[in-house]
Amino acid sequence: MKKKHVSKNVLTLCAVAVLYAVIAYMLYSGGLKRQVTNMLIPTSVYIVLAVSLNLVVGLLGELSLGHAGFMSVGLFSGCLVSIALVDVLPTPLRIVISMIVGGLFAAVAGLIVGLPALRLKGDYLAIVTLACGEIIKNVITNLDITGGPIGLNTKPIYTGAKGLLPYAIALVFVTVIVMMNLKKSKIGREIMAIRDNRIAAESIGINITYCKLAVFIIAAFFAGAAGCIYGHAFANVKAASFDYNMSIEILVLVVLGGMGSVSGSIIAAIVLSVLPEALRGFSDYRMLAYAIVLILVMLMSNNPRIKALREKLKLRRSGRKEGAA
Amino acid sequence: MVQLIQTFISGLSLGSIYALIALGYTMVYGIAKMLNFAHGDIIMIGAYAGIIAVGQAGLPPVLAIIASVLVCTLLGILIERFAYKPLRQASPLSVLITAIGVSYFLQNVALLVFGSQQKAYPTLLTLPAIHLGRVTVDGMSLLTLALTAVIMICLHLFISKTKLGKAMRAVSEDKGAAEIMGISSNRTITLTFAIGSALAAFASIFYGMTYVYIKPTTGSMPGIKAFTAAVFGGIGSIPGAMLGGIMLGIIEQFSKTYISTLWADAIVFGVLVIVLVLKPTGLLGKEITEKV
Repeated sequence: MKKKHVSKNVLTLCAVAVLYAVIAYMLYSGGLKRQVTNMLIPTSVYIVLAVSLNLVVGLLGELSLGHAGFMSVGLFSGCLVSIALVDVLPTPLRIVISMIVGGLFAAVAGLIVGLPALRLKGDYLAIVTLACGEIIKNVITNLDITGGPIGLNTKPIYTGAKGLLPYAIALVFVTVIVMMNLKKSKIGREIMAIRDNRIAAESIGINITYCKLAVFIIAAFFAGAAGCIYGHAFANVKAASFDYNMSIEILVLVVLGGMGSVSGSIIAAIVLSVLPEALRGFSDYRMLAYAIVLILVMLMSNNPRIKALREKLKLRRSGRKEGAA
Repeated sequence: MVQLIQTFISGLSLGSIYALIALGYTMVYGIAKMLNFAHGDIIMIGAYAGIIAVGQAGLPPVLAIIASVLVCTLLGILIERFAYKPLRQASPLSVLITAIGVSYFLQNVALLVFGSQQKAYPTLLTLPAIHLGRVTVDGMSLLTLALTAVIMICLHLFISKTKLGKAMRAVSEDKGAAEIMGISSNRTITLTFAIGSALAAFASIFYGMTYVYIKPTTGSMPGIKAFTAAVFGGIGSIPGAMLGGIMLGIIEQFSKTYISTLWADAIVFGVLVIVLVLKPTGLLGKEITEKV
C-alpha cells in the first residue's frame, strides 16, 4: 500500500517536471505564443495557491476564505523588499530573498489568523478567515507604503516570464514536494486525524493547537511566496484585487481538483487558467460556468446513486486486484 | 452632541437594514444548519426586480414592492429546492461550497442580464427631512427604522404565536422529534427560506432607496456584513440577529463619522473577530457541547 502511494507521488512530480521542461524549452527557443507566455506565471502561482489551500481545506478540513489575503501580504512585503534591494543585490538573489521575506510575512499573518482559529471551527472559522482577508485588503489599501488605492508601482522589479519562470518552477516543486511529504508525515496524519474526529484525535494525545497553527502557517507561507512572484510579473498591483472573490476562486480549484489531492489541485489550476484563454469568446460566461460547475460537482458528489455506483466500481477494482494476486 | 445623535440615528437605520438581512441568515441557519451564502445576492435580485417593476413595467410603488417580494420569495424557494435540498445529508463543507456557487451563479446571471453598469433604484417616495431642535434627521432613515421595527415585531409574533412558527421552532430544536410529531421538516425548511427571502426583498427596498445605485455585486457586501451581524449576535438566534445587526450598523456609522470612511470595513470585521475569539458562539448564541 505504501509503495503504491510513493509511486503515485513520483508520477505526479514527473508529469509536472516533463510539462515544465517542454514549456521551458519552447519558451526559451521562442516557439511560444505571447498569450501562452503571459499565462505561465499566473498559472504557476495558482498551482501553488491551490496546493497550499488544499492543506487547510483538504487535510485539516476547515474552510479558509482568506487565502488571497495571505497572498496579498506576501506580495506587498516581498515586492517592497525587492524594490528596496533592486540596485543592491543581483537579480536571482534578490528575487529569492524577496520570496522568502514575502513568505515569512504571510506566515506571520497566517499565525495571527490561525490564533482565533484555535477556538473556532466550521462556519465560524470560515467567516473569521473571510473577515481577516477583508481586513488585510483594507489595511494594505490604506497604507501609504503600499501605494494606497492606486496600487504599488512594481515597474522597477518587473521581470518577464522568461526571467521569472525558473523561480516559479522552483516554487511549484518545493510546494508540491512539501505537501506530498507532509501528507505522509506524522504531523500530516495527525492533521487528518483531527479532520476525521477531533475528540478522538485529542484523546490519543495529538496536540491540536500545534497542528492547526502549523497548517495555517505553512499554507500562508506558500501563498505569500507565490504572491511575491505574482507581483514581479506585473507593473502595478492593487490590494483591492485580492479580495474574497479571489479566495473563492482558489477554493474552486481545490474543490474541483478534489479535496486533499495534490495532483487534482495542479490539474484544476492548469485547466481553469488555460480554458478561459482558449475560449476567449466565451469569457463573459467564465464565472457563470465556474458557478454552475461548482454546484454540479457538489450535487453529484453527494448524490446517493452516484455514490453507490462509485463504491461498486471501487469494490470491483479491488476485487480484480486480489484475483490477480 | 448634534452630530452624535445624527450618527446614532443613521447607524440605527443602517443597522436595521443589516438586521433584516441577518434574520434571513439566522433563521435558515437555525433550521437547516447551513449558511446561505447566496442570501446577499437575493437582495441584489430583489433590487433589480424593483427597478424593472417601476422603470420598465411602470407599476405604482406598492405593486413594485409586492413584485419584488414575490420574486425574492420564489427565488429563495427555487434555490432551496434545486441546490440545497439534495444536500440535506451532506457534510457542512459541501453545503457551504454549494451556497458559494449559488451566490456566484446569481451574480453572474445578473451581470449577463443587466450588464456591469450600475442602475439607479427608482424613488418610490420622497420624504422631507425632520428637524428636532438642531438635530436634522433624514426622513428615509426614520421610515426604515419604523418599518423594520414593524416587520420584526410581526416576525416575532409569527414565530412565537402561530402554529407554523411553533413548527419552525420545533424543527430547529430537534428535527427527528418534530417529524415524529407530524411536522414535515422539508416543508418547514422551505417556509423558512421563503420568509428569509421575503425579508431580503424588504431589505433590498430600503437599501435601494438609501443607496440608490445597484449593480450585480451590490448584494455581496451588505450580505457579508449582515452575515457578520448574524454571527456577531450568535447565529441561529433571532433576537441575536436583530441585536447584532443594529450594533454592527452603529459601529460602522460611528467609525465612518469619527475615525475614517476608509477604515470602517476593517473596524467592523475587526470587531467581529474579537467578539468571536472572546465568545466563540456570538453574543446570544447557545453553547453547544460536543458529545463523544
